[in-house]
Amino acid sequence: MIPTTFEYRRATSVAEALTLLQEGGPEAKLLAGGHSLIPMMKQRLAEPGLLIDIGGLDELRGIQETDDGEIAIGAAMTHAEIAASDLLHTQAPIVAETAAAIGDAQVRNRGTIGGSLAHADPGADLPAVMVALDATIAILGPNGDRKVQADDFFQDILTVDLGEDEIVTGVCFQACRSAAYAKLEQRASKFALVGVAAALSLDGGSCSSARVAVTGASSHAQRLGGVEDALAGASLPDGAADAAAGAGDALDFVNEDLHGSESYRRAMTAVFARRAIEAAAGRG
Amino acid sequence: MTTVDGPVLPKLIGERVKRREDPRLIQGQATYVDDIKLPGMLHLAFKRSDIAHGVIRSIDTSAAAAMEGVELVITGAELAETLGPMPIGTPFPAPDHYSVATDKVRYVGEPVAVVVAEDRYLARDAADAIEVEYDELPAVVDPEAAMEAGSATLHEGFERNIAVESYWGGTGVNPETAQPEDDSAVDAAFAEADVVVSQRMLNQRLAPNAMEPRGVVAQYEPGREYLTVWSATQNPHILRTLVAAMMGLGEHQVRAVAPEVGGGFGCKINIYGEEYVAAALSRMVKAPVKWIEDRTEAFLTTTHGRDLLGYIDLAAKNDGTILGLKARIIADIGAYEVLLTAMIPTLTGLMMNGVYRLPVVRHELTEVFTNKTPTDAYRGAGRPEGLYFLERAVDMLARELDMDPAELRRKNFIPTDEFPFATQGGLIYDSGNYEPCLDKALDVAGWQEMLAERDAARAEGRIVGVGLSFYVEVCGLGPSAVVPTGGWEHSGVTVERGGKVTATTGASPHGQGNETTFAQMLADHFSIPLEDITILHGDTSVVKQGIGTFGSRSQAVGGAALISAAGKAGDKMKQFAAALLSEHEVAPEDLVFEDGRIQVAGAPEVSKTFAEVADFAYIPVPLPPGMEPGLSEESFFEPENNTYPFGCHISMVEVDRETGEPKLVKMVAVDDCGNVINPLIVDGQVHGGLAQGIGQAMFEEVVYDEDGQPVTASFMDYVMPRAADLPTFELDNTVTPTPVNPLGAKGVGEAGTIGSTPCVVNAAVDALAPFGVTHIEMPLRPERLWRLIQENGGQS
Repeated sequence: MIPTTFEYRRATSVAEALTLLQEGGPEAKLLAGGHSLIPMMKQRLAEPGLLIDIGGLDELRGIQETDDGEIAIGAAMTHAEIAASDLLHTQAPIVAETAAAIGDAQVRNRGTIGGSLAHADPGADLPAVMVALDATIAILGPNGDRKVQADDFFQDILTVDLGEDEIVTGVCFQACRSAAYAKLEQRASKFALVGVAAALSLDGGSCSSARVAVTGASSHAQRLGGVEDALAGASLPDGAADAAAGAGDALDFVNEDLHGSESYRRAMTAVFARRAIEAAAGRG
Repeated sequence: MTTVDGPVLPKLIGERVKRREDPRLIQGQATYVDDIKLPGMLHLAFKRSDIAHGVIRSIDTSAAAAMEGVELVITGAELAETLGPMPIGTPFPAPDHYSVATDKVRYVGEPVAVVVAEDRYLARDAADAIEVEYDELPAVVDPEAAMEAGSATLHEGFERNIAVESYWGGTGVNPETAQPEDDSAVDAAFAEADVVVSQRMLNQRLAPNAMEPRGVVAQYEPGREYLTVWSATQNPHILRTLVAAMMGLGEHQVRAVAPEVGGGFGCKINIYGEEYVAAALSRMVKAPVKWIEDRTEAFLTTTHGRDLLGYIDLAAKNDGTILGLKARIIADIGAYEVLLTAMIPTLTGLMMNGVYRLPVVRHELTEVFTNKTPTDAYRGAGRPEGLYFLERAVDMLARELDMDPAELRRKNFIPTDEFPFATQGGLIYDSGNYEPCLDKALDVAGWQEMLAERDAARAEGRIVGVGLSFYVEVCGLGPSAVVPTGGWEHSGVTVERGGKVTATTGASPHGQGNETTFAQMLADHFSIPLEDITILHGDTSVVKQGIGTFGSRSQAVGGAALISAAGKAGDKMKQFAAALLSEHEVAPEDLVFEDGRIQVAGAPEVSKTFAEVADFAYIPVPLPPGMEPGLSEESFFEPENNTYPFGCHISMVEVDRETGEPKLVKMVAVDDCGNVINPLIVDGQVHGGLAQGIGQAMFEEVVYDEDGQPVTASFMDYVMPRAADLPTFELDNTVTPTPVNPLGAKGVGEAGTIGSTPCVVNAAVDALAPFGVTHIEMPLRPERLWRLIQENGGQS
């Protein structure tokens, strides 16, 4: 629990952080809430030579509606701040509720949405929600900014579409009330053993289209295409169980550990897909 | 009656006095080992084995030794030239166990070399720079496989990895020959039984997880030839004895200090290699040294608890009368025997008599070495294991006979008029009165309503079960005949000038609240305010003698020593008071302590204040004939027997049909720990015990893979119970005093971990009984429960 020696720099702007990142090269790591990085450093699983603290940068803060009607969240917003956002509770309650269900109070007070997405722990909650909401991840690098859809951002275990010299600056997504997240907690870490986010377009009692994404079950957050297809035109909530039934079986790769075998996680993917769909439909 | 000025002091024994130690503990004003900083202090880091089993081929310390600020790097083999094998506190044969491995490593985390450096970070960097090469050996992980011919062995001279084998049975041990009698009675009992329930059960391995990890500061002063050791220990006097012996010093050359200690739960009884190494290296480098365990080290190297496999058979008649018990126990004790390792599982068999008239018992115990962290005491230490096996088996019997589990237990209780009661294992239960406790628990819980609620829930398709357990345990360790360290306790009571009182206790608290309960006792004894009393502990230079705090002994044994010393000081004080009141021709035995005075009973006008008499004791002019000045007395209390508290726990568990997640929805504990000094502290002890007992039932388990690698070495994988996992506890009690100490108090520190574990598992089994389930192994992992439901097609 004793990290190796490292240098600590507190960036005063995103631009400065970018410069420091470039100068630091592979030795440099960005630090925001530190709730993934610091435990790894204490275990000496990560040994960065330079930490660039971007946690307090105003440029990375805020939750607001954009001019084109989307909701934007700055990367340095903590889970606790997101959970407390009235705007999110009104416009996209799934985001606030998921943030409120992350870890424990201490984790939520320190951990940030940008850190969670960039780190992409296979059991992190927010990646599934961002994929289901078809969120856009805003990224700033030495060559300017770019945007990536969440679906493309999460690529593999702890692997995202983000260069070593780039910074996640925020996310934005369309308001969506009829969306919900349901998870089975890993009882020690409180990460998702299986978590499913469902965002529905409802037309009366039936679903016109849906985006459903799973986390925890596999290497990274990903869409459950079969469930989405089955939901199109389904009447809800009655059709939820049928639509969700094959959710787990369709996954290519499923995690397995002390807390849940592959078959259990597959089964739970179907259970929590159904629960998420029912909860989302209940919001219709 | 004449009245005098001054407040009337309420009696405090039996009152819910708030813990006096808490404000400093929760405001960061307490001094733990890690808060101790001495001039010139250096820091230790241990290079530890990352494999479970292997021969050390080479250790290259050159890179570490060359680092700026590194004072010393030393290997186990080098250290063994000055530090011999570690002592143990049991009479069982044990292999040599060095503080730092000399030639072979036997568990992940075992130290192989030590660094002394200027700061903690540098020490750790240097430890990482040490290169160790091993010839790996097959890891011995499964205790049953470990006993098979052909298994790799850990220690020479311990064939088939067996450390201890013991057997007793039949009609018990013949007291005249001390030999087990013929056990044909057991076979006969089973032959005549209408029903036998049999079950293999695992009482799984646990990590104690005290909030404060271990830590030690050692300062050897060459000029004085004097060693001071500060350690997060439960028993500084035992630490002093053992460190002195290891260092070749006398106890007069060693001071041991347990400063504030943040929890022990049994894992801080053992004196560890790190403590001996710190002492030895302080002498070697001529500077104070510090080592503070980190959480990873705590998971890997602080002793684990439990890990007993039981093959249990219980025989009974159709009317529920229990005829006999057979228990074959395999204890996976890990890689070495430390202080009490081999003794703990022997308590399991002794306590498997439970609260029942058991006509015959056959008990076999095998303790087995494996490539895992050594085990030792963990809250309950042998009793939770025995009571778990027994109370699960009794519950299975109730199910088999379709009897109410409460009524089956009632039918087999030891009757109240049979105490003191000699068990099959040779224990003498001091006192017991089980039926009123059962009735109270059934009443508090609303047992009949719970059954109705369960049945109604089942009718709705929910999976709900109720569970009950009834335990008896052993507390108040002593007496000396059965405790390797001695089973007495020591206390000193000094009435200071000005009438304030300082008392010492050898029962070194680390969460038990002795500063409050002991002050309550003295406040009542002397009839003075609580704030006029200080309780000192933990420092062998202040507390003359002591044993320590374990086995729920601090109140029953330490408290008895305190009240004995207070009695002596009080008697002498009355003699001084009688001298001061000589014009009234008062005899000391006519005097009582009353509201800050020493007065003739019923005549407060014939009195001196407590302070006046105290002052006179230190300037006794004229000195009463035959008396010495001063008011400082001490006492050793040797208990004549242990105490046997008991209790009934009741719970309700609901299981999510789709996920298998269990939820504890109700937890009732009615405990009888004899007379209670402070109900608030007793409740606190029960709360903490319940959380840990429920933790074992539902959440906690140390798991190793087939290579002996721990897979639960952090809180990311080791599931600790949290407040949100627990319902509001419903507590009550009955009071059956013990005759073995003057307080009538039995002890309560471990009660919660003993009753709750089988209680909660019984409830979970009841919940899944409609699926044909008769037993569930701990912890109640959701996937495990889900599979049991799935195996029955998901249908109850």
